[in-house]
Amino acid sequence: MHRTGELFGQYKTMEQQRETASLGMWVFLSTEVLFFGGMFMTYTLNRSTYPDIFSEASKTINLWLGAVNTIVLIASSLTMAMAVWSSQVGKKKLLTIFLVATLILGCVFLGIKSVEYHEKYVEHHIPGWNYQFEPGADVSTNAHTQLFFSLYFAMTGLHALHMIVGAGLLLWLIRQSIRGRFTPEYNTPVENIGLYWHFVDIVWIFLFPLLYLIDRH
Amino acid sequence: MPREHYLNATYGIRSWLLTTDHKRIAMLYLVSVTFFFFIGGAFATMIRIHLLTPTGLLVTPETYNKLFTMHGVAMIFFFLIPSIPAVLGNFLLPIMIGAKDLAFPKINLLSWYIYLIGGGFVLYSFSTGGLDTGWTFYTPLSSVYSNSAVTPAVIGVFINGFSSILTGLNFIVTVHTMRAPGMTWFRMPLFVWAQYATSIIFILGTPVIAITLLLAGMERMFHLGFFNPALGGDPILFQHLFWFYSHPAVYIMILPAMGVISEIIPTFARKPIFGYSFIAGSSIAIAVIGFFVWAHHMFLTGQSTYSALAFSLLSYLVAIPSAVKVFNWTSTLYKGSISYDTPMLYALGFIGLFLIGGLTGLFLACLGLDIHIHDTYFVVAHFHYIMVGGAVMGYVGGLHFWWPKITGKLYPEFLARVAAVILFIGFNLTFFPQFLLGYLGMPRRYSSYPPEFQVLNVMSTAGASILALGYLLPMIYLTWSMRYGKVAGRNPWPATGLEWQTDSPPPTENFDVTPEVTWEPYDYENRPDLGLAIEGAPTHAHGDD
Amino acid sequence: MSEHQSEHHIVSPTIYFVIFGVLMICTILTVVAAEIDLNQYFGGLNIIVALTIAVFKASLVVLFFMHAKYSPKRTQMVIVASIFWLGIMLFMTMSDYVSRLWS
Repeated sequence: MHRTGELFGQYKTMEQQRETASLGMWVFLSTEVLFFGGMFMTYTLNRSTYPDIFSEASKTINLWLGAVNTIVLIASSLTMAMAVWSSQVGKKKLLTIFLVATLILGCVFLGIKSVEYHEKYVEHHIPGWNYQFEPGADVSTNAHTQLFFSLYFAMTGLHALHMIVGAGLLLWLIRQSIRGRFTPEYNTPVENIGLYWHFVDIVWIFLFPLLYLIDRH
Repeated sequence: MPREHYLNATYGIRSWLLTTDHKRIAMLYLVSVTFFFFIGGAFATMIRIHLLTPTGLLVTPETYNKLFTMHGVAMIFFFLIPSIPAVLGNFLLPIMIGAKDLAFPKINLLSWYIYLIGGGFVLYSFSTGGLDTGWTFYTPLSSVYSNSAVTPAVIGVFINGFSSILTGLNFIVTVHTMRAPGMTWFRMPLFVWAQYATSIIFILGTPVIAITLLLAGMERMFHLGFFNPALGGDPILFQHLFWFYSHPAVYIMILPAMGVISEIIPTFARKPIFGYSFIAGSSIAIAVIGFFVWAHHMFLTGQSTYSALAFSLLSYLVAIPSAVKVFNWTSTLYKGSISYDTPMLYALGFIGLFLIGGLTGLFLACLGLDIHIHDTYFVVAHFHYIMVGGAVMGYVGGLHFWWPKITGKLYPEFLARVAAVILFIGFNLTFFPQFLLGYLGMPRRYSSYPPEFQVLNVMSTAGASILALGYLLPMIYLTWSMRYGKVAGRNPWPATGLEWQTDSPPPTENFDVTPEVTWEPYDYENRPDLGLAIEGAPTHAHGDD
Repeated sequence: MSEHQSEHHIVSPTIYFVIFGVLMICTILTVVAAEIDLNQYFGGLNIIVALTIAVFKASLVVLFFMHAKYSPKRTQMVIVASIFWLGIMLFMTMSDYVSRLWS
């Protein structure tokens, strides 16, 4: 078993190993663009078919929680970028601090998300689970608003899943950083997991206006 | 044979199941894809027997729906798509570019396990009620109304997609970062270009079918409404998303086979390939343009005429790079010194059958004509010509071509040539009648047909039995050769390419010394080090010289 | 292929904090813009503004936080390709639906 930081057998130099790992993460992220992309496609079509319904339904999700979450996630991208910087200049304590900060912000995001989901549960806006848009809504309104909420849960749910995976990766990074494994010569996992984290942030940067800010006036 | 090589370097089942050696992983895939080939073949056998009589000989119409569905799912997702990339690609790609292994060997092993898990779900679906939606999983049949085991099947295909994605990721990164000194892009074998182009499709296309099946599965499990018109959803959206991947998927299936042909033809014509950069470029072109044509599967769904026009035109365009390849292969043959070894027989067969399959695709791309032949046996014949006459022949030909390298043994040449001819005859007898059936109006996916179509159907079934023999024979003698075949040298054909400069079978690290490449590819006229001289030297390629 | 120089480029914390500041302003901006009815001036202006701001924010994250600005060409190609491919899916699918209304 190789320890973190060693040169693996198929590589000639650490530089080649680093380049390869980085390209690997970028190519993986491009698959994620298309993966989320399929849902963005579904969203685009459904919103253009039912603009008023989407607008109505969007008003019932909590704009402020969504906005706070956006700020939290962007802040976590800042702390992640600072973590990468710390590893590049050899500031090991700072690295750990920033990684922990990123994890905490990520957990705050997930916490707020669960509050939102709970709100939706209470309002009977979870599709397939005693769904009722509002008291007295007819079958057609229910069906069409349910489309919005299906997309809401599918998209934010998949996003949250990615964040949970990211949190797990951060835990591993924190453990490795406490052990002092990352140096200016070797910080590839920090950089690449950072790329993954930023990507998850970018998905949310699009989800926020598309789900929360539909014609709010 | 060398004393130590990748097959005997370590022993025991753990050394195989936990290997990170790309060559061993290729062998693991070889066993698994062959298994699924049998599964798909079993369903095909039942289909052809059933269609011997107009009212259907074997099963009820409901069961018939399950037969063609499971045949398609097994063959496409678990045989054709992985076949050449995961078996030949995994084995050869690092060696061809002078590397010790792929960029991410552990991810390579992971991709095999993901394949097995996906396959497990699908087999579970097959054995607990089967699947009757068509391999295309159209909604709302799949997401709402079907009573078959859709959910596990969808989960299985979803999981299997990640196997493809990881393979593609590995290949792309490897080609970019792991080439040996001197191995520039334009010195790479065309097989590598083909795998690279295929990997682009793996990366950009597969995630879309993953999310689409996930959404359809969620619709089925939680009664959501994305694709269900009763709830305001749109089944055509499903088709757009599904075919966005599934059309490029057919290029996943054919590009690697084209790469194999590009390796075989120069070897057995003893000539450099004609138009190397055009073939390389056309592989990339097919991969890219292939993403712009998907809705030609949807001409009859009510899509807008303007959209249909655009997709039809683009579908004609995508044929051009394929034609470029056929011209280049044929030009390579011109004034070559041709020998008809088994791999060459498969390659020549490929060119002819791919031509027919490809040209009939143009029939289907024509809007007016497609109204008549869509969803008929014309389509079935078209895609079997490409996928079986093309892709599978490329795979089997490639297995033969590289068999000495992979196993260190030679297969029995005469028997192999006989089997190739049997396969070719059986194939044409099976599928050519289907062009006629389709043109005469016999619909696909129907368990019964008007009596006037019986003769052609019987012909097709008869052909299928010969085709089956054509597949069985190589399975038998290739397995036999692993123990009893003549020992092969490093370069039995001989051929250019780095893989032929290392031992047969190769050592675990592929090369004793990292090669430094200073020569151009397919340099059949100028390689004295391989015994390939210009004039006067023996020019006949023979396995046991 | 050697692009060694870019992998070691270290972006300074100042830039990160400035970018963060811009991202915060953009977030506030997008919420404010959503509360105003821009559609009265031009149909669909609200969504155009929202998406423009989102694309701008995402670009900042990609270029600076993810170091794309300092990365080798092939990394930039991967980024452009994935966006372009998503574009193919969105554009050609929507053009089917949109053009059904013509004639």
